[in-house]
Amino acid sequence: MATALKIEDLHKSFSTGFIPKKKKILKGISLAVEEGEIFGYLGPNGAGKTTTIKCILGLIFPKKGKIEIFGHSSYSLQAKEQIGYLPENPYFYDYLTASEFLRFYSQLSLMKKKDKEDKISSLLSLVSLEQSASLPLRKFSRGMLQRIGLAQALLNEPSLVLLDEPLGGLDPLGRKEIRDIIVKLKAEGKTVFLSSHILQDIEMICDRVAIIVNGQIVSQGTLQDLISEKILFTEILLSGVEEKEVEDLGECISTHTERLLLKVFEDEKIEKVLQLVQSKKGKIHSLIPRTETLEDLFVGIVKQQ
Amino acid sequence: MKIKAIALNTFKEAIRDRILYLLLFFAAVCIIFSRILALLTVGDRVKIIIDVDLASLSLFGALIAILLGTGLVYKEIDKKTIYTLLSKPIHRYQFLLGKFLGLVLTLFIMLLLMSIIFLAVVFLHTFKIEWSIFITIFFIFIELCLITAVAILFSCFSTPILSSIFSLSFYLIGHFSWGLETLIEKIRPGIGKIMAQIFYIFLPNLENFNFKTEIVHHLPIPSNIFLLSTLYGIAYTIFILLLAMLVFRKRDFI
Ligand SMILES: Nc1ncnc2c1ncn2[C@@H]1O[C@H](COP(=O)(O)OP(=O)(O)OP(=O)(O)O)[C@@H](O)[C@H]1O
Ligand SMILES: [Mg+2]
Repeated sequence: MATALKIEDLHKSFSTGFIPKKKKILKGISLAVEEGEIFGYLGPNGAGKTTTIKCILGLIFPKKGKIEIFGHSSYSLQAKEQIGYLPENPYFYDYLTASEFLRFYSQLSLMKKKDKEDKISSLLSLVSLEQSASLPLRKFSRGMLQRIGLAQALLNEPSLVLLDEPLGGLDPLGRKEIRDIIVKLKAEGKTVFLSSHILQDIEMICDRVAIIVNGQIVSQGTLQDLISEKILFTEILLSGVEEKEVEDLGECISTHTERLLLKVFEDEKIEKVLQLVQSKKGKIHSLIPRTETLEDLFVGIVKQQ
Repeated sequence: MKIKAIALNTFKEAIRDRILYLLLFFAAVCIIFSRILALLTVGDRVKIIIDVDLASLSLFGALIAILLGTGLVYKEIDKKTIYTLLSKPIHRYQFLLGKFLGLVLTLFIMLLLMSIIFLAVVFLHTFKIEWSIFITIFFIFIELCLITAVAILFSCFSTPILSSIFSLSFYLIGHFSWGLETLIEKIRPGIGKIMAQIFYIFLPNLENFNFKTEIVHHLPIPSNIFLLSTLYGIAYTIFILLLAMLVFRKRDFI
């Protein structure tokens, strides 16, 4: 399988202030995205995610480092023909209607005239904006802009799709829609590189992730490798039992209602809790085994730094 | 093809700009005002109309080129529309050329409209169409292309207000630089004179495009001057555009 995106030792600094002072933003980023996978680029605010993506697109020039897209230098037209890009907080020409806008952008990529109109209408229906095709973009809501942004990124049938916070500013339903589209892109054989700090979404759809903190990649790999599937503890929500009676079986967390949340660390103790509740004619409301989540990993790493 | 798409979008954007209509309105006021002025004067009324109108075409055209030209590229960077645009398979110079041609198209149509009003006003006085006026307007157009290129060059690296000031200075220097020629003649021969001459060659000379007097007074224009002025305009415009592309090529869009 080919490498879709390869970044080697990427450095970038910005000079800020009246008396320019160099501030290092990226301090040697290296990563490789394989063809056909969904790659999550994860990091807290200000870590350098957007800066990395802008370097990939050639919008800014790195001080040092090499970026290849399907083996082509990222500055070449061959590379650009294969990528689609959705910026964070997208904003477009607000006087154009959705279909005028897509038509304009379709003229910038090599496409046959006949195919263009088909492509535009199929993309509009993919992001469910058919109803708003003739509405000027200035009247679009945040979520609609995000969706038309995704549509323009897919115009030239890119093999590599770069999405900067594609789920930012969307409601749960909108998030699900975009997530479904991303999964569909993967099914079509496209490679997706997406940045985010919304962990649940990454966890749900990404094959591999890289975590960037402070301009450096601190962890990289498949989700299974990064997160152990070992059960850390079991959370039991129960009622009808006194707190004192279960104290030595686990850790009591909340007792503000008559219900009790108990964190149990050993398997044998779970049995004991169940027996105790049964004998006291109490009630078990829920029993959830907790494995390590991406969030735990993420919070742990960020705290370490 | 790609350049054409960008140019057409630029045109769409430019004709939505309120500044354009404000300046067009003032130009129209000047043309009408020239008619009133003509009524009040003795002598050749048509000459006054032509003189005032051509001057206002040139001045307001330049203002439109500067105010729109300095905003166009800056707006794309400021509103970040350039991010997605440049992520498409296009070169940066194609973007710049598209912007330039879009504005030139706007100026062309605007100049055409104003010329029609202007010719109509002259026609009301003389009952004949002054075709020679088109020669002057042609050179006004060439001058506007050059000024557009200059405005775009400045807007590649500075804010609209600063680039407007720079471009306006270019316009003014361009119209008064011929005064330096007499000054240079007075310098003693030597290295100083040569330096001054080289400097003078690179300064824009927009008076090369000014054929108002010749047209108003029906003086003949030698055809080689005609050709030279055209070539001068085209060469200078290309030079400025190349400079703009050079600046734009390595710019960070942040
Ligand atoms: N134009 C700029 N000049 C100076 N510093 C900048 C500039 N743009 C970004 N930075 C700095 O670079 C760092 C990384 O910014 P970047 O936008 O890449 O973060 P991010 O990971 O995308 O964050 P977020 O999740 O908030 O989008 C930040 O500390 C920011 O302050
Ligand atoms: Mg960002």
